Amino acid sequence: MVEHRPLLKFVSHAVLILGAIIVAFPLYVTFVASTLSLEEILTVPMPLLPGNRFFENYAQVLTAGTTTGSHAAVGSMLFNSMVMALVVPLGKISISIISAFAIVYFRFPMRNFFFWMIFVTLMLPVEVRIIPTFKVIADLGLLNTYAGLTLPLIASATATFLFRQFFMTIPDELAEAARMDGAGPMRFFFDVVLPLSKTTMAALFVIQFIYGWNQYLWPLLVTSEESMYTTVIGIKRMIVGSDAANEWNLVMATAVLAMLPPALVVVLMQRWFVKGLVDTEK
Amino acid sequence: MAKVELRNVYKSYGTTEIIHGVSMDIADGEFVVMVGPSGCGKSTLLRMIAGLEEISGGDIAIDGRVVNNLEPKDRDIAMVFQQYALYPHMSVHDNMAYGLKIRGLPKAEIETRVQRAAEILELSKLLGRRPRELSGGQRQRVAMGRAIVREPKVFLFDEPLSNLDAKLRVQMRAELQALHKRLGTTTVFVTHDQVEAMTLAQRMMVMNAGHAEQIGAPLEVYGRPASTFVAGFIGSPPMNLIPGTLAEGGAVLLADAGARVGLPAALPKFDGRKLLLGVRPEHLEPCDEAAALLVPDVDFIELLGSDVLVYGHLGADRKGARVAARLHGSMAASDGHLALRFTPKHMHLFDAETGKRIEIE
Ligand SMILES: Nc1ncnc2c1ncn2[C@@H]1O[C@H](COP(=O)(O)OP(=O)(O)O)[C@@H](O)[C@H]1O
Ligand SMILES: [Mg+2]
Repeated sequence: MVEHRPLLKFVSHAVLILGAIIVAFPLYVTFVASTLSLEEILTVPMPLLPGNRFFENYAQVLTAGTTTGSHAAVGSMLFNSMVMALVVPLGKISISIISAFAIVYFRFPMRNFFFWMIFVTLMLPVEVRIIPTFKVIADLGLLNTYAGLTLPLIASATATFLFRQFFMTIPDELAEAARMDGAGPMRFFFDVVLPLSKTTMAALFVIQFIYGWNQYLWPLLVTSEESMYTTVIGIKRMIVGSDAANEWNLVMATAVLAMLPPALVVVLMQRWFVKGLVDTEK
Repeated sequence: MAKVELRNVYKSYGTTEIIHGVSMDIADGEFVVMVGPSGCGKSTLLRMIAGLEEISGGDIAIDGRVVNNLEPKDRDIAMVFQQYALYPHMSVHDNMAYGLKIRGLPKAEIETRVQRAAEILELSKLLGRRPRELSGGQRQRVAMGRAIVREPKVFLFDEPLSNLDAKLRVQMRAELQALHKRLGTTTVFVTHDQVEAMTLAQRMMVMNAGHAEQIGAPLEVYGRPASTFVAGFIGSPPMNLIPGTLAEGGAVLLADAGARVGLPAALPKFDGRKLLLGVRPEHLEPCDEAAALLVPDVDFIELLGSDVLVYGHLGADRKGARVAARLHGSMAASDGHLALRFTPKHMHLFDAETGKRIEIE
């Protein structure tokens, strides 16, 4: 729709700017709070301009955590979160792309049955199967390990389904041409399917990176040692008891740190991400 | 280069039979076209030669060796697909080189072959481009290049020109012929377009619903169609088919619409039989009413510039057979009737029930 009506233009801009402010304001407050001292935060009203404790606050949380709440250093939490946010999407992508390849390109007995099995698990997110999953992980002795943290989140019906849908848009003739050229199934997979799936993989990576980074319930259950905390859990553990007892400036600094990597991934991979969701390079 | 033999080939999907026993010997270096309406099983037959479909019955032999159970890559053939099927993420060069790379040819050899194919097809300047950056005709040539570099025993084409516009199609037809002349590779070409078939084929197979209706050189098929199906499929507009009954000891055909046509030779065996009289539109010529064999009521006229196509019906109330005539020059036939005649040697007879050709000795 291309219209040139000044009033319409004004109203739409006003709405957009207002929306941006509403979304951005809490983030701004978080950042300001992370640069203040505890006393400054507790004054009413809280100052809305950055203070001068930026380096001190960030240095403290990165190396030593809070004094009243959890003592785990946020540096190691960021590392744990990063492991989770990388292993989960990479695992998911590798497993689902080969499952989808098998389902689309091979005729094997009970092929549809397996597809529907995978598909049905779409209806069972982590939260629904969390108790049995926890039991399994506990019995395997994987509590407080990276394997325990990531493994249950790697199986993914959504990603398998997405790849299946994408593969079905690849013309059959392409597979046949590869067959005529003498490419076996795995050769076809690596030389043709994989390169064509690049954008889909990138889009999935972005979504799953954020999903892995923001996991809350599962890490809360399987990590009890401070050294295994992820950043999101770390924030929760920093908050103890009453309002005044918390070092809000440090909590906010941690929150800012927790927001950065997903934001960075989205910004850096935006081009790929949009391409993967929108166009199909066939 | 090799000969290709189809021996009583059948194909079924489940319980549905699609190809009902087709046989043909394709000679070494021959250019054969399989032509037929959409859905008659041309692609299926070609894909069985390629090894992309299993053969349900009969044998296919390439170069004397039965290939029924060989993988496509072991048959030494190359195929050009209707949608080109180029690898979208590879350059033109890599598209052509891919098959050779898999076969483990030395790099230098691959380069020579790709460069030579690119030269033949005038793709040398485009080697670095992706398929998406090419026009339809260029993509088509890349697909052909991919087949050429393999230097296979047999080329298979599945309607490779049907996605091109009319002008490009004519040009590519000429290029295909030149290419065949140059390489001399046995070629099986599938199309639904009878003009393509007529112009390209050294020999053609006209297919109908999974049967080979007729196999022969284009002019042979055009001149002596084996059935009403072939008569209607080859030639444009199709051959006129006028129902009638043989009478007077098999010497005269009485058309249902009233005309009376003498046969060049009597067919006493068929006296009293219901037959179809076939005459091609281009063999009809205007004449005096007195000498006319057919006098259709004119429905409409198409002016093609050099020719005029006249369409009409036989019989007083337009209930008789349709008649089309291709007349030379400009024709004034707007009074509603058109008196037409043809020479006896241009008439064909077909059995009204089976549609099979009846020879007039
Ligand atoms: N995989 C399949 N399963 C069942 N029927 C098929 C299959 N492929 C093709 N057919 C049928 O076989 C017939 C011939 O198809 P095809 O060889 O593609 O025709 P053409 O190429 O002459 O247009 C068609 O009637 C089509 O419906
Ligand atoms: Mg076809």
